[in-house]
Amino acid sequence: MAAVLPTLRWREPSILPGFGIALGITLTALSLVVLIPLAALFLKAASAGPADIWAVATSPRTLAALRLSFTGALFAASVNAVFGLILAWVLVRYEFPGRRLVDAAVDLPFALPTAVAGIALAAIYAPNGWIGALLAPLDIKVAYTPLGVMVALIFIGLPFVVRTVQPVLEEMQGDVEEAAALLGASRWRTVFRVILPPLYPALLTGFVLAFARAVGEYGSVIFIAGNVPMVSEIAPLLIVIRLEQFDYAGAAVVATIMLLLSFALILAVNLIQAAARRRFGDV
Amino acid sequence: MSEAALHLPAVPPSRAGAQRVRGESLVVRCLLIAVSLAFLALFLLLPLVSVFVEAGARGFAAYQAAITEPDAVAAIQLTLLVASIAVPFNIVVGIAAAWAIAKFEFRGKNFLVSLIDLPFSVSPVISGLVFVLLFGAQGYFGAWLKANDVQIIFALPGLVLATVFVTFPFVARELIPHMQALGSADEEAALTLGASGWRVFFAITLPNVKWSLFYGVLLCNARAMGEFGAVAVVSGKIRGLTNTMPLHVEILYNEYMGAAAFAVASLLAGLALVTLALKSLLEWRYGDAIAASRRH
Repeated sequence: MAAVLPTLRWREPSILPGFGIALGITLTALSLVVLIPLAALFLKAASAGPADIWAVATSPRTLAALRLSFTGALFAASVNAVFGLILAWVLVRYEFPGRRLVDAAVDLPFALPTAVAGIALAAIYAPNGWIGALLAPLDIKVAYTPLGVMVALIFIGLPFVVRTVQPVLEEMQGDVEEAAALLGASRWRTVFRVILPPLYPALLTGFVLAFARAVGEYGSVIFIAGNVPMVSEIAPLLIVIRLEQFDYAGAAVVATIMLLLSFALILAVNLIQAAARRRFGDV
Repeated sequence: MSEAALHLPAVPPSRAGAQRVRGESLVVRCLLIAVSLAFLALFLLLPLVSVFVEAGARGFAAYQAAITEPDAVAAIQLTLLVASIAVPFNIVVGIAAAWAIAKFEFRGKNFLVSLIDLPFSVSPVISGLVFVLLFGAQGYFGAWLKANDVQIIFALPGLVLATVFVTFPFVARELIPHMQALGSADEEAALTLGASGWRVFFAITLPNVKWSLFYGVLLCNARAMGEFGAVAVVSGKIRGLTNTMPLHVEILYNEYMGAAAFAVASLLAGLALVTLALKSLLEWRYGDAIAASRRH
């Protein structure tokens, strides 16, 4: 058939060897390590039956944990979008002593194990910690409150925005903003009307990456969160608790809801991106 | 020479001249730099410094005792063992995936790339959970595994599986864009000249992408050794047996042995600093070679 209808061929011919074995290894490993285990998760969640799924999904504790994880991640990703943009701008546009060191340091949250970050943040923001002690007289409690969750999520998501905005900013040619300035636009106006709009897609991508990481984050959060049910208990922790109670189906249902919600959000943003690209060209 | 001349117009105008038109005032510039540095100091530098300060709080003897006690040594060994299995596995699969995706055109390629990236958007806890659902006592294969006396969860295989899941995309992600950017002309020429497929790979492809491969391995290894959530779910946290370094840190911390917890944590923080240093070195030295995959 393939010879008769060459347009239906599923891969272009090539003289390079090894396609079969390379794709074979990839698909086998991908299936065994990632796809089949994830399928088992959905299967387990589905096997709970609609009544049980509904009961788990709408229990106040599940809803509170999901609300904290998703609103916390949205808040942290927003903070990261603002400061990440400023950081990327400073790193690309300005020369100052130690710039390269700062540039390298941005990736620290990628490299530092989350448990280490977790106990360090908890120690700093505890009431007797370096920052906690400064905030205590102001009656601000960070550690062991939802605010502590935000701090950990901001830490973990910071590199994503910087690293997606930075290359776009580096490649931006100066001629457009020079033209804007020569035509009489103020610097303020040039920044917001000429420089920032082409950065929005990268900024949005960085925001989504930071958000996706923050929603599922566990290690850096549990030490500083205090983990009070209904107050500062994140969704991944609720999964661990259900698992420790040998409630496999309950754990699977919470996990499935989390995955589906974050996939839906990522998909929605990708669709917005694609629409924006069609409208404004590939920026 | 003519090539250099052709490239001249692309060079940006000198900063001094452009600054007046393009730049911000000195006040704004200093303000933005100050805000950036303050934010980094508060959220990144302070936690890092605190790890080493807290680790040394009880003096050197206590530090040494904390990292040489038998459970800590067992945790260090287990972490190294898990990484030494998971990382090579992901190197082989990452190279295979990059070869198939970068060198060939086939349907469903973009979908395959998305599937390889999938573990990045799955919570670490879920990455561990899926293996408990498969291989745990009440899991789909639990009864069969028990009858045949095979232990996966609360044992080394589970730790390796969870680590492989979490670090699956790292090597492929760095190699694919670099190999795509290089194209296949060199390989095709070597094949026409009679080289075997393996020879082409080892003599041409591998040397071409060695720095981005190293870059991917570096990030993969850092994550493999530092992984917490996925491993916490499958480990069972049996001291001296299934406790990796990050889990050992957690147990010590929860038992209010803060100084000991930070002592072991300082080893992991040291690993993170070495990773960052090597990573920056690669970016400065071989930035062009790995530019395609550098930022993500």
